Parts: sequence; C-alpha cells; structure tokens
Amino acid sequence: MSTPVHNVDRPPAVTSLRSKDLLGIADLLPEEITLVLDTADAMKEIGLRPIKKVPALRGKTVVNLFFEPSTRTRTSFEIAEKRLSADTLNIAIATSSVVKGETLADTAMNLEAMNPDIIVLRHSSSGACHLLSRICRSGIINAGDGMHEHPTQALLDAYTIRERKKQLRGLKVAIIGDLLHSRVLRSNIHLLTKMGADVWVCGPPTLMPADTRRFGVTPTNSVEQAVASADVIMLLRIQLERMEGAYFPSLREYFDVFGMTEARLTLAKPDVMIMHPGPMNRGVEIASEVADGPYSVILDQVANGVAVRMAVLYLLAGGAEHEEAA
Amino acid sequence: MPESTSAVVMDADRIARTLTRIAHEIVERNKGVEDLALVGVRTRGVHIARRLARTLREITQHDIPTGALDITLYRDDLMRHTVGPQPVVRRTEIPFSIDDRKILLVDDVLYTGRTTRAALDALIDFGRPKAIQLIVLVDRGHRELPIKADYVGKNLPTSPEESVQVRLQETDGQDEVVLQQEAAV
Repeated sequence: MSTPVHNVDRPPAVTSLRSKDLLGIADLLPEEITLVLDTADAMKEIGLRPIKKVPALRGKTVVNLFFEPSTRTRTSFEIAEKRLSADTLNIAIATSSVVKGETLADTAMNLEAMNPDIIVLRHSSSGACHLLSRICRSGIINAGDGMHEHPTQALLDAYTIRERKKQLRGLKVAIIGDLLHSRVLRSNIHLLTKMGADVWVCGPPTLMPADTRRFGVTPTNSVEQAVASADVIMLLRIQLERMEGAYFPSLREYFDVFGMTEARLTLAKPDVMIMHPGPMNRGVEIASEVADGPYSVILDQVANGVAVRMAVLYLLAGGAEHEEAA
Repeated sequence: MPESTSAVVMDADRIARTLTRIAHEIVERNKGVEDLALVGVRTRGVHIARRLARTLREITQHDIPTGALDITLYRDDLMRHTVGPQPVVRRTEIPFSIDDRKILLVDDVLYTGRTTRAALDALIDFGRPKAIQLIVLVDRGHRELPIKADYVGKNLPTSPEESVQVRLQETDGQDEVVLQQEAAV
C-alpha cells in the first residue's frame, strides 16, 4: 500500500467544490484541485479492499451519456460509480434517439425529467457540457467535450504525478504531440500552471495552437529542448480522426522528429515519468520500449482514474441543492 | 456572541492512567493479546489506539496490529444535508486481515452511537472478525442506537446542549477532556 502524500490530520483549505458541475479545470481554484486529489487518495484505498464498495452514493442515479466512442473513460466512470453504490445507466449514441434526430438539449431534458443526480457527458462539440449545465438541475461532469476540456483526465494525471513526486510545484512537465486537437492538453495546462508547475509544450508548428504563451506555458518545436531535464513527459495521441488535411508528411516522419525514444529519454531527469492519456499509437508518438519501460506510469494513470472519478462523484453528489452561482 | 463555560473533566495524567487501566482490562478480558488488533476511528480514535498499542507492548511484549478507519462514506447523514459541505474523506488504513481476529474498535467519545454503527458496517466490509469490542475514552450518554461500549475511560453525564471536546497531544498540542456548556443562542 502506498503511503498517503498528505497529512491526514491537516485540515483542508476548502471542504467542498463551489459548483454543482465539473465542466473544466479552468473554473477550479487550486484549493479545489487539492481537495479532489486528497479525496482521491482516500478513494484509492477502497479499490484495494476485498469488498470494493462503500455506501456513500446509495440511492443516487448517475447517467453516463456518451456521444463519442470511449472505452477507458466510460469504464472508469462506471467502476467509480459502482464502487460508491450509485445506480448507473449507460446511454451510448448508437442505441439512443439521437440517431432519429433528437437534439442534445432534447435528450438532456428527457433525461432530466427522470431526475438523475449526475450526468456524465462526452460529446464531440466543445461546450456541450456548458449547454447541459444551463438546462439541467443534475450535476454535469465533463468526460471530454470536443477540443475543449477533459477535466478528470487532467486530475488523474496530477494525482499520478503527485503520488510519485509528492508535489506539482516546480516540476518541469513537457507535453508533446498533437497540441491543436487535444482537450487533454487544455485541461492539463490549466491544472499544472495553477499548481505551479513549469509547463513546456512541443509539437510540429502545424499542430501548435497560436499564442500558447498566453496560458503561461513555454512553446518549442524542439523535442530535445522540451525533454531536457524534464521531471514528467506527457505524450499526446496524434488524432488522425480529427485531422482534415496534411499537418505533417507522414507518421514515420513524425516519429523520427517528435517520437519519444529511449535515446531522447536520456536527456530528461533520471527519475522522469512517462505519461500518456491513451489510446497510444505505438511507433508514432511513443516507442514501444518507452511505453512498456521502467519510466512509464501509463497503467498507473488508468488505475488512478477510478479513484479520481470517485472523488469527483462524491464531492458533486453531496449537498444536493447547491445554490446556483449565476 | 453567546457566552459559553467550559470545565476540564480529565487532565493529561488522568487520561494516561485511564488508558493504562484499559490496556490491563484488555489483557485480562481476552486472556492475552494473541489474536487482537486495534482499529481507531479517525481522527482522535486513531491516536488513542496507537497509545493503547504502545502500552500493550510494554505490558505483554507483543506488537498489536493497529489500523485507522475513516467512517465518512458510511455515515447515515451523508446525503441528507440539503446545503453545506460534504465531510472530508480520509484514508482508511487497515494493513492486516481482520478475519478471525478480535477487533478492538477505538473512539474518543461515545454519544448517539451512530458513528459506531457506521464503523461496524465499514469493518464488516474488510472481512469477518471473530469479535468486535468497543473502547471509548468518554461515554457521554444519549444513545440513539442499541450500542454499548466494552471499555469506558470515563462515564460523563451530560445534557444534549453540552459538548465534549477530547484534545490530544498529537492533534491539539495537549491532553485534556473538556465539557463545554453552550449558552442558548
């Protein structure tokens, strides 16, 4: 059993989240991020018990509404919900009325009429969760909206880093890959800069968003510069399905210039962590030897995802009638 | 500002002597300490459990496995408040099997019995102990559930308007039990 990284007797700076929803990291205070991570630390232990279930959300209903394919995130949310004893309902796009032409708002209002406590939403449009949060009384958890945010991914990444490095402040984190299309990048930039990390972003110029310095990160096109003395290297998937047009000559060339290889890894700190939100393209953004190597914490990320999602569900499902902050 | 009065009902010496006495009672009642384990209820029950483990080692030369239990996720009032924050969840650490052991459950104050009920439910999720015995530093009465302590440091008659504060070196910098009389608002 790993030791908790925070002092259990220390009173937390805040004891609840201000909103009924988790739409993005941009809306969270650093104290709220710390509360989620501390709560996740308690939740992680539940997954190690012989009976992996606590009664905290007994009688609460959680709807998982997924308009985009997802295995990892949907499974992770579902396990988290079941470990907290919530009743869960999965709605996948192919089986819903959406194929008959219903709009997102109509789907949401129909679900809302059945009075769920929380809706976990994944959608290909940026801002879909904000739309739902305005319509619904239920708490909304963003499980990825378009190219906007994927807050629980950033929280589980932060949890995984904190578990190894004890804190986020002062760490050099290099994020390398398809920066343009990545909601994981956006959420991670918000989170890591709020918590005081030194964030570098790296990718081909065609996949680099404009004006990244505005977010307090250092952009570079040199992977060697990004990796130099890094504490954490986070690789992002090349999202071919979101690319219309040619962003780079070939996957092979991308790997040659930006792929994470054992040779490039030697430039980083000796105790560097290699992270990837999955699903991985082996031989494109990451070499297989690195993905399966001793520095990789990719499977820890998956395991920690359940604990972090349990924490978010617990913190949002409590105090049912939140005062609406306009 | 409502006025409140407070009286120290146990000082540091009294607490130390009481815990030593309870440790001897544990050995006597269980005819040894072979299959015992201590589990403290967070936060102060954990510190009391650790102190009992130290005393038991001095008496018997045996190390008693000691764990910490957070009962927040088992509370019966968890989802009942309409507004206000959720209680903060802390980590439960029981690094041993509770199967077929006698578990000594340790809390600072026994009041309505609802915390103990939650702790019993939480413990049962870890296995099937041979028995569970309840140790409290202070029993202040006013039970709302059929629960009774096996070892009591001090029986303290109170009114529901009063509050009992257990302060320990580990969390509060000093050892004392204080009875506070809250003035009517």
